[in-house]
Amino acid sequence: MNKTWLVIKREYLTRVRNKTFLLSTILLPIVMVLFIAGSVFFAARPEGKKKIAVEDRKGELARFLKSDSSKIEFSFNSGADTSNFDEKGFDGFLYSVDTAGRYFLLRTVKAASNETMDKVRDRLNNAYVSNKLLEKNITIEQIDSINAASRSHYTVDNTDEKNKNVNSSVNSIIGFASGIIIYITMFIFGAMVMRGVMEEKTTRIAEVIVSSVKPFQLMMGKIVGIGAVGLTQMLLWIILIFIISSVAGALLPADIMEQVKDIQKNPAMMTSNPGQFSDTAKGLANLTNMNWPLIIGCFLFYFLGGYLFYSSLFAAIGSVVNEDPQEAQSLMFPIMMPIVFGFIILSTNLDRPDSPAMFWASIIPFTSPIVMMGRLASNPPVWQLVVSMLSLIAGFLFTTWFAGKIYRTGILLYGKKPSWKEMIKWIRRS
Amino acid sequence: MSLLEVQHLRKFFATQKAVDDISFTVEKGSIFGLLGPNGAGKTTLIRMITGIFYPDEGQIIFDGKKFDPIKDVGHIGYMPEERGLYKKMKIGEQAMYLAQLKGLKRNEAMEKIKEWFVKLEMQSWWNKKVEDLSKGMSQKLQFVTTVLHQPKLIILDEPFSGLDPVNSNLIKDEIYKLALNGSTIIFSTHRMEQVEEICDHIILVNKGEKILDGSVKGIKHQFKENLFNIGFETGPVNLNGNPPFETVGKKEHSFIVKINDGNKPNDVLKYFLQQNVAINSFNEILPSLNDIFIKLVEGTPLTRQFQAVTA
Repeated sequence: MNKTWLVIKREYLTRVRNKTFLLSTILLPIVMVLFIAGSVFFAARPEGKKKIAVEDRKGELARFLKSDSSKIEFSFNSGADTSNFDEKGFDGFLYSVDTAGRYFLLRTVKAASNETMDKVRDRLNNAYVSNKLLEKNITIEQIDSINAASRSHYTVDNTDEKNKNVNSSVNSIIGFASGIIIYITMFIFGAMVMRGVMEEKTTRIAEVIVSSVKPFQLMMGKIVGIGAVGLTQMLLWIILIFIISSVAGALLPADIMEQVKDIQKNPAMMTSNPGQFSDTAKGLANLTNMNWPLIIGCFLFYFLGGYLFYSSLFAAIGSVVNEDPQEAQSLMFPIMMPIVFGFIILSTNLDRPDSPAMFWASIIPFTSPIVMMGRLASNPPVWQLVVSMLSLIAGFLFTTWFAGKIYRTGILLYGKKPSWKEMIKWIRRS
Repeated sequence: MSLLEVQHLRKFFATQKAVDDISFTVEKGSIFGLLGPNGAGKTTLIRMITGIFYPDEGQIIFDGKKFDPIKDVGHIGYMPEERGLYKKMKIGEQAMYLAQLKGLKRNEAMEKIKEWFVKLEMQSWWNKKVEDLSKGMSQKLQFVTTVLHQPKLIILDEPFSGLDPVNSNLIKDEIYKLALNGSTIIFSTHRMEQVEEICDHIILVNKGEKILDGSVKGIKHQFKENLFNIGFETGPVNLNGNPPFETVGKKEHSFIVKINDGNKPNDVLKYFLQQNVAINSFNEILPSLNDIFIKLVEGTPLTRQFQAVTA
């Protein structure tokens, strides 16, 4: 039997049989779902109703500054002022401070939320428009009915050439989530490889093993074995997430599911008559319309590619350090930098998937696994995807070759940690 | 016939001549001692013989053919000085894994493991983890995994360190048995009393060079100083006339004597017989390997200084 295969088998089985593996495989999707549900819950939780006293000097606001039954309530002539609005039971006091009466201040006890500020601005300007219309002899009833209709008369969505919804929040959430997962897993599994190599070195089994296996076979066996563990875990997660989300789908209100089905059956309906569908339904339809085979395929490819690219470097680090984990940390720093950099590019450019930074970061193999996943949901050109994949393959072949040389010498070296200069010598010498 | 022939082996590292032109031959079925102080180049030499390092120069003939690391490692069992086991693995699985890495088939390996576990009274260990074993116990396991695949050449680097006398003897007996059954054993240590007891042939390495090569007996004779111990029935004995020796040590019932040049042991006996002294013992004192080792290595710094290599 091939010796590398034996090493792979050992690395794989010892980890998969471990209880921690089973636990983390099951727990992570559950924690993730809870996390998402929790953040949705907190985001959707309504702010309490704000009571705001308004000083209406010109007397033109009271007529049109409309209270909103759930969010905001304006009161006029309440006798409140900047000093006593709090005592009178108001959350804020709105008053103009300039002579023209165009600059308002909202005095509150605690800072008002952006949402409240936007509403107040919006309502004030609306009131101004309404007042102007009234001056042009349009009746109050007419103004009210126009105001009511104008709120949701037009809706705007963004599609690409293929008539697919793009750049929607759903897309960027998917891209961001898969980028994060790859980012985290590269660290987890890279560190696992490093610890495995350190274990072999510190327990002094390395020399026993390399007397029957070539060091490169040992390193590759470890990398492939742990990679297979990662792949197993990913596949289990994907399956679990599909199960959980289909269960969650069943809990959604029936009418929304009906709408989703309608859109799925006849996508043209969404463009011809968008008004009949709710935003939730559109988002869900978007989700189900996405090219999942491509996304999952790319996800697995970039996970593996990124893992292979970095894990051999982590293995090389593991081979040169001794018992001291601090040594490992200082050596890991230059390797972690590009990974973190890729993550920063992804998170700052998420809303501009075709910006130059995103483009280059998704081609260069140091950052491409993370960044290309972030771009994928917004359909990057095929040639870019191909170039990115090819350069990632070339990249990991190079890092493996490079790391193999350090590993081979490092694994048998006890005592002092070698300097960068010495390591470069090892690479050059052979 | 020789199993291993090492010819002009050389391995230089960036800062050190680790092995500098060493040649020796190991006979089939013999127990061969590879001696030397710390940092003499023993480990590097062994790593070349086990195929872990490639020599810079020179060649190794293994079993009549040029040594091919990929094919021949299956016929070599190596227990390094820096040795260990996977802590979290079960004993049985560990032995199985190492045996399979040496090229044994699963059922074949299983048979051998069971056989050895019975031999060394380790049957109950199978499902234990390595972290539960004492140092001596894991040493035994390491020995088993080294010899499991019936290698032609067994290389043991300090095999007795950390073993109690009982287990030490157990392993020693097994080493003898392996040699009797045709395995060749290279035994690397700096515990001289063990070498004297076990080895047929030794070489001594210092600073990367071979400084001594021969059978244990031959080397002792080479370094003997013509010292004899002579015991008497009754004492004290007085020396009269002109004895053919110098007295080096004197006790009531025995002398240690150094025979003068040109004289033979018989001359000593003749002298005492003429003196009418009742002799009850007479034997040559050979230097211990320990003395020879210290004599040869002394004066060189204990750890080697780093030197620039110009070659």
